[in-house]
Amino acid sequence: MSEIIIPEILQGIEPVQSVRTPIRMEYTFTPGVAAQAYLREFGSKKILGNVSPVDGAILVPPRGADPRHGVLCEEFVELPHQGHIGSFCITNVPIPGRKDLDLPYISAWIFLDGADIGFLNLVSECPPEDCRIGMRVEAVWKPDDEIGMTAENILYWRPNGEPDIPFDQAGVRGWRYRATENTDA
Amino acid sequence: MRKVAVVAAASRQEEKMLDTEVEMMIPLITKVRESVGLQQTDIDFTCSGSSDFLAGQAFSFVMTLDAVGPNPPIVESHVEMDGAWALYEAWVKLQMGICETALVYSYGKPSPGSIRDVLATQLDPYYVAPLWPDAHSVAALQARLLLEGGHTTIEQLADYAVRAGRVSDHEEYFSQPFIADPLRDADCPSYADGGVAVILATEGVAEKLSDNPAWITGIDHRIDAHHFGVRDLTMAPSVRLAAENAGVFDAAVDVAELHAAYTTHEVIIRREMGLSVRPTAKQRSYPLAADTLMASGLLRIAEASRAIWEGKAQRAVAHATAGHLLQQNLVCVLERGRS
Repeated sequence: MSEIIIPEILQGIEPVQSVRTPIRMEYTFTPGVAAQAYLREFGSKKILGNVSPVDGAILVPPRGADPRHGVLCEEFVELPHQGHIGSFCITNVPIPGRKDLDLPYISAWIFLDGADIGFLNLVSECPPEDCRIGMRVEAVWKPDDEIGMTAENILYWRPNGEPDIPFDQAGVRGWRYRATENTDA
Repeated sequence: MRKVAVVAAASRQEEKMLDTEVEMMIPLITKVRESVGLQQTDIDFTCSGSSDFLAGQAFSFVMTLDAVGPNPPIVESHVEMDGAWALYEAWVKLQMGICETALVYSYGKPSPGSIRDVLATQLDPYYVAPLWPDAHSVAALQARLLLEGGHTTIEQLADYAVRAGRVSDHEEYFSQPFIADPLRDADCPSYADGGVAVILATEGVAEKLSDNPAWITGIDHRIDAHHFGVRDLTMAPSVRLAAENAGVFDAAVDVAELHAAYTTHEVIIRREMGLSVRPTAKQRSYPLAADTLMASGLLRIAEASRAIWEGKAQRAVAHATAGHLLQQNLVCVLERGRS
């Protein structure tokens, strides 16, 4: 590399190591057709899922599409407020902006009864060593006067005391249908 | 050179769309696949174009794959560019001989964000972007050079605005106040949300999918320098070179679909491509009237293809641009029948 020649007046001064050019952009997010329906009902403590027109799989939260097949999902179904843990993670390090989380905390894939896919949420009122795949859980909602059209409505999920579902029946069932079909073919 | 044709296209543009990108793209992708009787498993390569800055989300294109249905897993790629460049990538892949069909799509939803801020982020990050110049003002710098250098006249700009449907006549044009002197509202793009999807196929397959494939006989893309200061802003050598390499000058074209987002762009593109400054053939749609960032360029290729499918053109040229002031340009020549 050739030597950079700078004017005499600038020689010997501290070189610039970085430049700070702050950028801020604001967006008015459009949730889309399916998410709007979901959030509206979620504001009344109802949990909606989409029904796949291909194989009837129930996808929650609804995104308006069955991403396995690239088709629109226009049918909704209401789901119960309990389910099971499909998998989980115990976290021992804090995350910025969530001082409300006592360490260690459990994040889990929650599979609502009847749903074929899970979603990520917190599990609490459960010692980490007691958490297990297949454990039955129920939603703990915010107080009614704090409920709104937001994903924050459910504070966490807690064990509901019902017997576990068997390990090999826990988790993603919507994908399992398809795997079975392929094996049969 | 392997022959490749555009065999299907679908598009949608609206001023402000409430659908998500996925909800918007599913009907379009479904339509192009169904119109040629292909399922996703029959498509060898899928390539898309979009911008995270428009969506306001990192890796937003990954989510839009929900609209394709990548199950079983697909061969896929993405460009942070207009879909015309995604089509180029697919064309190269088809040239390599490792696939015969491709799905190309692109989309943009400027409505959720501030387009003038989003566009400023593509400028040089040290000297220009921190000033946050808005796109219309930057375009006005170019417009004044064109006007005062005698490259065009206000009347000609008014003609282009009328032809694109931005105003009904000169009187309406001249009644508009300047928004970025010397540009009026009718000189500047009207932004729209939207998307476009097309299917490409190679010789031997394309004829089975379409009675009248639009053959790509030439395609090239070129880029000019990024810094405004080192360019003569009254010219776009990258348009001319891309047009030369795509074979625009080899024979007459019946239809030109130009990605001119400003009336002043049309002046430059027409001159660099040797097209009449007073065109007789109308474009099927004008970016000036509905510009969908990341999709307008691919839409030009789709519209030029439609002109061929419908027998309205024997030889059509499509042009796409990206960046500020016609910095990057792609030119694609499409022909009917055997070439």
